[in-house]
Order: sequence, then C-alpha cells, then structure tokens
Amino acid sequence: MRYQSQQVAWLFFAGAMVLFLAQVLFGVLAGLIYVYPNFLSELLPFNIIRMIHTNALIVWLLLGFFGGTYYLLPEETERELFSVRLAQLQFWIFFLAAAAAVVGYLLGIHEGREFLEQPTWVKVAITISVLLFLFNVSMTLFKGRKTATAQVLLLGLWGAAIFFLFAFYNPSNLVLDKLYWWWVVHIWVEGVWELIMAGILAFLLIKVTGVDREVIEKWLYVIVGLSLFTGLLGTGHHYYWIGAPGYWQWVGSIFSAVEIVPFFAMVLWAFYLVYQGRRDHPNKAALLWCLGCPTVAFFGAGVWGFMHTLSPINYYTHGTQVTAAHGHLAFYGAYVMLNLAIITYAMPNLRGLQPFNQVLNMWSFWLMTSAMAFMTFTLTFAGVVQTHLQRVMGMSYMEVQDQLTLFYWMRLGAGVFVVVGAILFIYAVYGPVREQLTVQEAQAQPAE
Amino acid sequence: MGEGLTRAAARNIFYGGSLFFFVVFALLVAHSHYYAASSSIDVVGLNDAVVRGKRVWERHACINCHTILGEGAYFAPELGNVWLRYGGADDPAGAKDALTAWFQSMPSGVEGRRQMPNFNLSEQDMSDLIDFLAWVSRIKTQGWPPNEAG
Ligand code: HEM
Ligand code: HEM
Ligand SMILES: [Fe+2]
Repeated sequence: MRYQSQQVAWLFFAGAMVLFLAQVLFGVLAGLIYVYPNFLSELLPFNIIRMIHTNALIVWLLLGFFGGTYYLLPEETERELFSVRLAQLQFWIFFLAAAAAVVGYLLGIHEGREFLEQPTWVKVAITISVLLFLFNVSMTLFKGRKTATAQVLLLGLWGAAIFFLFAFYNPSNLVLDKLYWWWVVHIWVEGVWELIMAGILAFLLIKVTGVDREVIEKWLYVIVGLSLFTGLLGTGHHYYWIGAPGYWQWVGSIFSAVEIVPFFAMVLWAFYLVYQGRRDHPNKAALLWCLGCPTVAFFGAGVWGFMHTLSPINYYTHGTQVTAAHGHLAFYGAYVMLNLAIITYAMPNLRGLQPFNQVLNMWSFWLMTSAMAFMTFTLTFAGVVQTHLQRVMGMSYMEVQDQLTLFYWMRLGAGVFVVVGAILFIYAVYGPVREQLTVQEAQAQPAE
Repeated sequence: MGEGLTRAAARNIFYGGSLFFFVVFALLVAHSHYYAASSSIDVVGLNDAVVRGKRVWERHACINCHTILGEGAYFAPELGNVWLRYGGADDPAGAKDALTAWFQSMPSGVEGRRQMPNFNLSEQDMSDLIDFLAWVSRIKTQGWPPNEAG
C-alpha cells in the first residue's frame, strides 16, 4: 500500500461485511417462511424480513463501493485522499442511519415503496453522507492525476447520487410513482452502477494483469458507452404493464435485449486481458473473483435478464418467481462479486501482509457461487411452473404456490450454503492468517 | 483488435452518445408522464380517499408481500386486479364488504398456510384502501394481467 489514507477503506469493508451477513441471514429467514408459513408470523411478518433482506443488500453494496473507491483513488490519482476525517465521518453517518433504519423496521417504522422503505430522515442522512463522500473523492480527483478509470468510476457514483433524488418524489398517482421509482431502481443497476462496476474492474485488471492502461481504458469507454446507450431506453422493459403508453413494448424490448452486449463485452475484456497479461500476480483469489464477477453477471443480468425482457414473454412472466431468480443471480454476479473482488484484492495490503488464506477464499468463491446458481435454477423452475399454471391456465395464485413447495425447499437449502460461504469468506479475509505467500514468492513476481 | 479506435475517440463517443440517449429517454418519459396523468388513469376518480388509500397501502408495506401491477414481492397474490376478482365491477358494495371482511379475519392461523397480518385498520383506513385498490383496477395496463388470477 503506497498511500496512508487508503487505510480508511478498511472501515467501509468491515461495515459492509456486517451487513452482508445480516442480508443473507434475513434471506434464509424469508426462505424459511416460504416453507414454514406460520413461523414468526405473529412476531415478525414476512414483509419486514424481506425489507431488511433487500435494504441490507443495497446498503452494504454501497459501502463496498465507497470503500473500494477510497482504496483505489489514491493509486489512480497518485495522491493522498482529500480528507480521511471526512471519510470517517461520512462512514458513521451512513452506517448509523442504516442501523437505525433496520431497528425501525423491526418496530414497524418504515415507508412503503419497495427498496425505498427508509423513513425520510434516513434518506436525508444517506444523501448527506453520499454528498460528503462525493465531495471528498471529487476533490481528490480534482487535485490529482485524472485517469479514465477514476473518471468513469466517479461519474457512476455521481449518477447514483443524482438518480437517488427521485426516491424523494412520491406522487399519489400510482402510475407516475412507478414511472420514476424505476429511475432509481433500474437506472442504478442497469445504468450508473455498471459504470462503477466497470471502473472498479478496470482498476483491478490493470493491477492484476499489468496490461497497458491505454488499452484497458479504451475498452472501458466502449463498455460503459454500450451500457448507457442500451440501459437508459432499456428502462422501457419496466413500462410495459404499469399504465404507460404502448410504444414502450417496442422501445423496451429492443433496447433491453441489447443490454446483454455490454455484459458480454465485460467477460471478453476481463478474459482477454488476463490472457494477454504478462504479470503473474500472487493474489490468485482476487483474480478468480475478477473473472467470476463479469461471468456470473453475464449469466444473471444478461442471459436471465434477456429470458424475460421481450414484452410478449414478459406479459406472462411479469412478477413471478422468474423475476426473483433473475434478481438474485444478477445482483450476486454484478455487484456482490465485484465487492468481494476488491475486498479480496485490498485486504492483504490493508493488513500489511502478503496474500493469505487464498485456498479458503477460493473455497468460499466456489461454494457461494454454486449455491447462488442452484438457487437461481430452482427459482427459475418454480417461476416457469408458476407462469404456466397461473398465467396460462388461470389457476389461482395460492393454489399454484402449493405446487411449488419442493422448489422452495431447495431454495432454502441453497440459501444455507450461501450463508456458510459468506462466513467462510469473512473468516478467510478477516480471520487469523493460516498460510501466506513468502516474501521470495511474492518478489519473484513484482506486483502490488 | 479495434486499432482504429483511440481512447480519446472512445471517450467522446461515450459522453456524446450517453447524452443523446438520455435526452431521448427523458423526452419519451415526459410524454409518458403526460399520458399517465391524463389518459391511462381514472382522472376524476383519483380523489382524496384514493390518495389516502395509497398512504395506507404504503404505511403497512403491503408491497413487501404482494405485487401491484406485477411489481413488489412474490409471497402473496397480485392486487392490481383484486377488485375485479371480488366482483367489484358488477357489485361494488358487495366487493367492499367482502374485502373488509377479509381484512378483519386475518391472520387465518391455518397451519401450513401463508399468513397475512391483521393491521387493525380503522373503518376509514379500510374504506380508503379499498377505494385505492378499486381505482388501481381501472388503470389501462395494455391488457395485463392475462387473466383474473393476476
Ligand atoms: C446487474 C444488473 C441487473 C440487476 C442487479 C437486476 C436486478 C433486477 C431486479 C432486482 C428486478 C426485480 C425488480 C422488482 O422488484 O420488481 C429486475 C427485474 C427485471 N430485470 Fe433486471 N437486473 C439487471 C440487469 C438486467 C438486464 C441486463 C436485463 C435485460 C436484458 C434485465 C431484465 C429485467 C426485466 C425484464 C425485469 C422485470 C421482470 C418482471 O417483469 O417482473 N435485468 N432486475
Ligand atoms: C441466503 C441466501 C438467500 C435467500 C434464502 C434469499 C431469499 C429471498 C427471498 C425469500 C426473497 C423474497 C422473494 C419474494 O418476494 O417472495 C428474496 C428477495 C430478494 N433477494 Fe434474496 N435471498 C438470499 C440471498 C440473496 C443474495 C446473496 C442477494 C443478492 C445478491 C439477494 C437479493 C435479493 C433481491 C434483490 C430480492 C428482491 C427480488 C425481487 O424483487 O425480484 N438475496 N430473497
Ligand atoms: Fe431493468
């Protein structure tokens, strides 16, 4: 680690891991209620558990992005962060607001739009924290070397903050409410967050492969260009059936179908660069996450997204377990794996060690990734059966759900393995160091 | 590959193209906004009761079990057309009574069946909420859902 201020990333990664654990534990709880519907029903109803599951996800992903940015920015700009104190302050505002939101949810204090359930004052605290963050990192970039990687990353972060402002707009006309709700939800995951993903991956690929920055960054622009050219109008795939005009069936189908291209381009980009790379980087676990992330994102977002994105298909699958299947693999591949990649890369440096516990870390990769894949398959089967019985045959919702119990058991089983994988990961990264590369091994392959 | 393209050119295409697509998107949404405020909803029917009903819907986070127009959670039935399932189109008074009775009988407590909490809604809240659901069922949704099951 070359810059002292990078150390502040540690705090963000630790906060992220606490909420990651909370997220998957509440996921298992939600999955348990699917098979034991009376469990906890009086004490803690399903809607509150689901709210904690999804909110913890979003908040920890953001914490990971902040930490990742603080870690990589000094190396990109070749100067210390503008202010470490500000970063710490911003962390605690964010983390305490998120913790207060969770406690509030348990007590029944929340608002009522999916993913945006945070009470207004929590949204305000989050906005303030994010503005402090953006000020801090923008000043750092302003005063330092301006690489394409840092610029794309910061553009994505600014975009995330700007589109979050639509969370404050809640019109009483449900159709308008939905129209702009997607400006937060869709434009985040299929727009500005893709810039964050590509930016962080570019940094990691430059470090891990040693390929010339000029080449990596040219393709970075091509990829993020494709993301926004397709993803903005691709929002139309959520406007088919909510009271918007019929032309969205054409616009949404065509543009969102092409959204698969930037995800595929990211796979090619990562594998091509690793293949070209002259450097044999000692952090093999980080390399595995760097390749896994675009690959699983391609399947989860690209393939599973394409599966139900054309309007004549979406007419039948809209709002079924098919959507849940896609949501899980897409979020996991694109954003969970991205954060686990940067954490795996950064932690040895933050702890002042050579890469360590790599075998354990790679076990957690395979365990978590196969369990998420299994969960996706089982939810996809459930969704296809549901679509047929309910949307084609017209059988009632509750009757159909009784036919899906076996799939929900398998989802729960997969979820337990995800939790084990997550614990293994956290242990590998934060726990005692059991095996470490020797200095000679590391020096044989100059890298940082 | 791509030797003809320089990094600077790629950057310019990215910024210019993104701006272009954002403007096209924003214009289409502006038109859709107008359409959603005038054509696809029951404008006159969007009265105080319906507006209050939406707040009741949000206060109890119904969206985290149910879908409405196909969006939300997948744990409980679609409610965009629940009014029609209860026969509200032909017999509004009967549907309102039936839905009120439904809310009051929750949770069913039946072993092995998904439970809906009892939100202890006041008469007013209950009535507003049902008015909201009735209003939603009149949104022109391009023919979705495919059938009454939702
Ligand atoms: C990393 C990127 C992505 C993430 C994290 C993601 C996540 C999600 C989530 C969570 C939902 C459910 C939203 C809700 O609660 O209603 C959803 C819906 C949807 N996604 Fe994605 N998605 C991604 C990319 C894509 C792509 C690239 C496509 C198309 C090729 C796509 C197509 C869809 C469609 C059509 C729906 C609506 C499903 C329905 O009608 O119920 N997604 N996505
Ligand atoms: C321990 C493993 C997990 C289990 C058992 C689990 C279970 C669940 C359940 C039961 C729901 C509610 C579905 C419904 O509305 O009926 C849900 C929703 C969701 N979960 Fe998970 N989950 C797990 C892990 C994850 C992970 C790792 C992610 C992110 C990568 C994630 C992201 C989401 C999202 C985005 C939704 C909302 C889906 C939508 O609206 O389409 N979950 N999960
Ligand atoms: Fe989308």
